[in-house]
Amino acid sequence: MSTTTPGMAERAAEAAARATPNVISRRVRGLSDRAIAWLFISPTIVLLLAINIFPLIWTIQLSFTNYRANRPNAEVVGVGLRNYERLLTDTDVWLAMQATASFVFWSILLQTVIGFALAYLIDRKFRGHAFWTTVILIPMMLSPAVVGNFWRFLYQPQIGLFNYIVSFFTGVEPNSFEMLGSVNLAPWSIVIVDTWMWTPYVMLICLAGLRSIPDYIYEAAEVDRASPWRQFWSITVPMALPFIMLAVLFRGIENFKMFDMVNLLTGGGPGSITEVASITLKRQAFEAWRTGPSSAFAIILFVAVFGLANIYVKALNRVKQR
Amino acid sequence: MSGLNTAHSVVEPGIWSKRIAGTLVVVYALITMIPLIWIFTTSLKSPPDSISYPPKIVFTPTVEGYCNLFTTRSRQTQEYIESLGAPDNVCDEIARDRSMVVVGPSKYWPRFVNSLVIAFGSTFLAVFLGTLAAYGFSRFKVPLADDLLFFILSTRMMPPIAVAIPIYLMYRELGLSDTELGMILLYTAVNVSLAVWLLKGFIDEIPREYEEAALIDGYTRLQAFFKVVLPQATTGIAATAIFCLIFAWNEYAFAVLLTSGTAQTAPPFIPTIIGEGGMDWPAVGAGTTIFLVPILVFTILLRKHLLRGITFGAVRK
Repeated sequence: MSTTTPGMAERAAEAAARATPNVISRRVRGLSDRAIAWLFISPTIVLLLAINIFPLIWTIQLSFTNYRANRPNAEVVGVGLRNYERLLTDTDVWLAMQATASFVFWSILLQTVIGFALAYLIDRKFRGHAFWTTVILIPMMLSPAVVGNFWRFLYQPQIGLFNYIVSFFTGVEPNSFEMLGSVNLAPWSIVIVDTWMWTPYVMLICLAGLRSIPDYIYEAAEVDRASPWRQFWSITVPMALPFIMLAVLFRGIENFKMFDMVNLLTGGGPGSITEVASITLKRQAFEAWRTGPSSAFAIILFVAVFGLANIYVKALNRVKQR
Repeated sequence: MSGLNTAHSVVEPGIWSKRIAGTLVVVYALITMIPLIWIFTTSLKSPPDSISYPPKIVFTPTVEGYCNLFTTRSRQTQEYIESLGAPDNVCDEIARDRSMVVVGPSKYWPRFVNSLVIAFGSTFLAVFLGTLAAYGFSRFKVPLADDLLFFILSTRMMPPIAVAIPIYLMYRELGLSDTELGMILLYTAVNVSLAVWLLKGFIDEIPREYEEAALIDGYTRLQAFFKVVLPQATTGIAATAIFCLIFAWNEYAFAVLLTSGTAQTAPPFIPTIIGEGGMDWPAVGAGTTIFLVPILVFTILLRKHLLRGITFGAVRK
C-alpha cells in the first residue's frame, strides 16, 4: 500500500519546480543535516527520559528500600536485596505468576486457533468479506476497562445474558453457576472476554501472513498434485508462521501485563484466584502502600517484559523483510 | 474441494468453499456483536427491565438510562413532588414517576470532557514530536539509530502499573497529580513511541527524490520538510493521530491510579455509576454507548491502516 498517488507526485514535483533558486539564503538560514536530525529527535528522547527512564531509575533505587508512599516523612532505610529475596520466595507472588501464566497460555491458545481459522476463512474472499472483517475487528478497538465492566453485567447470575445463553443451549439452570464468583469458573471468565476482544487482532495479522504467500507456490503444488491437506500443512502453515509468531508474542506481552480488564471483571477475585501479576502489584503498591517491595516486583516485571520485547522486535524485523 | 478449485483457477477458491467460509465468518461476526448490541439495548431499558429474569429481549424503550447518566436525583415525598409545578423536561418527568426529583447534573459530562481534552492534547503532542523524530530517523544517519528505536518502542511495552509507582511519586512532588496536564504528558510519552514507529514507516515510503529536487532548487532542509514531505505524509499522520486518540481515549490503568477527581477520565468513571440498591445498568449502558460511538467511527475510518497500526508499522499488507 503506497501513500503516494500520481496526482500527489505531480503536485510535489510542481512545488519543487516553482521554488526559486536561492543558494545564499540556504547557506545562511539552513541548518546542517546533523543539527536538524538532533533537533528533530531530541524532544522525543528527552520526553521519554523524563517520563520513562528517570522514573525507572527511581524505581530501582526504591526497590532497595523500605519506603512507603503513604508515609513520606518516615525514615527510609536501605534493605539491600532483601525485597528481591522475599519476593522470589513469597508463595503469593508465585501464585500470581501461575495465575498470569495460565491466563496468558489459554487466552493466546484460543485466540491463535480461532484467529487463524477466521483468517483462513476470510482469505477465501467470499462476497462482502471486507465488510464482515471490519465488523469482526470492532471489539479490539474498544476500551478494555469499559469492556470488562459491561461483561460484568453479562456474567451476572440470573439476570446476565451469558448465563441465560449457556442455559438455553445446555439446559443448566442459569442461576446454578456464577462465572465471576466461583473459584473454578472465574479464570475462564477472563479468558473468554480476552478471547472475544483480541481474536480479531490475531486474525488480522494471520490474514496478512496468508496474503503474503505468493500464488505461484500453490500453483506449483497443484502441478505436483499435492492434496489440499498437504498444501495446508506444508505451504500455508509454515509460510504464515512468522506472522502467527508475531501475533502470539505481542499478545503474550500484552496479557502478561494485563490489568484493566481483569481489574474490572473480577478485581483479582474470588480470593486471589484471578490475581494476575499487575493486580498483585497494584494491591501491594496502591492499597498496602508497600512501595519499596512493590518497586522490586515492578523491576522484575520490567526485566521480563524487556526480554520479551527484544524477541518481539527481532520477530518484527523478520516479518518486515518479507 | 480441490476439483472445484481447479475448475476456475488453482488459487481462486471454488464457489462452495466461498459460501461455507462466508457463512461461518458471518456467524462469528454476529455472535461477537451480541455483547455490544446487548449493552446498547440495555441503555434503552428501564432499570427494572434491565435486571428482569429471563433477560428481556422485547421491551418498551425509554431514555431513563440516559437521564440517569446525566443527572443526579434525590428521593422526595409524594406531597413535595405534587407541590412542584409541571416537570421541566422528559428527565424530570421520568424521575417524578419514580418519586424523585432531578437535583443537578451528574459528573459524567465533566469526565467525558476530560477524556476529550486529554485525548486530543496528548495526540497532538505525540504526533507533533513523532513526526519530527520519524523524519529524523528516516532521512538522516543517526548514530545508534536501531538502539534508539528499540528504546523508544520498549517504553510502550512497560507494564503501566509498574510505571505508575514512580510517576505517582514524581507527580506528587511536581503538583501534577490529578491534573489534565499531567495526564497529557503521560499519554504523550506512551503514544510518541507508536507515533515514531508508524510515521517512520510512512515517511520511508515517500521517495527521497522529491526532497532532493527541492534542495537542488534552493529549498533549505526545513523548507523541504514542511513544503514537500509533510503534505505527502498527511494520510500517515492522520492514521497515526487516530491510533493515538484511541489509545488515550481507552486508557484506564494510569487514569484510575493517578486521577481521582478533577482530571478523571470516562473509563474509570463509568464503572462507578451506581443507582439505588446496586448498579444502575441502563445508565452504565448509556455511558458505555456514548463512550464507544467515537471508537466505532474511528475504526471504520482506520480500517485500511489497522494492520499497520497494531504492528508498529512493520506489516503493511
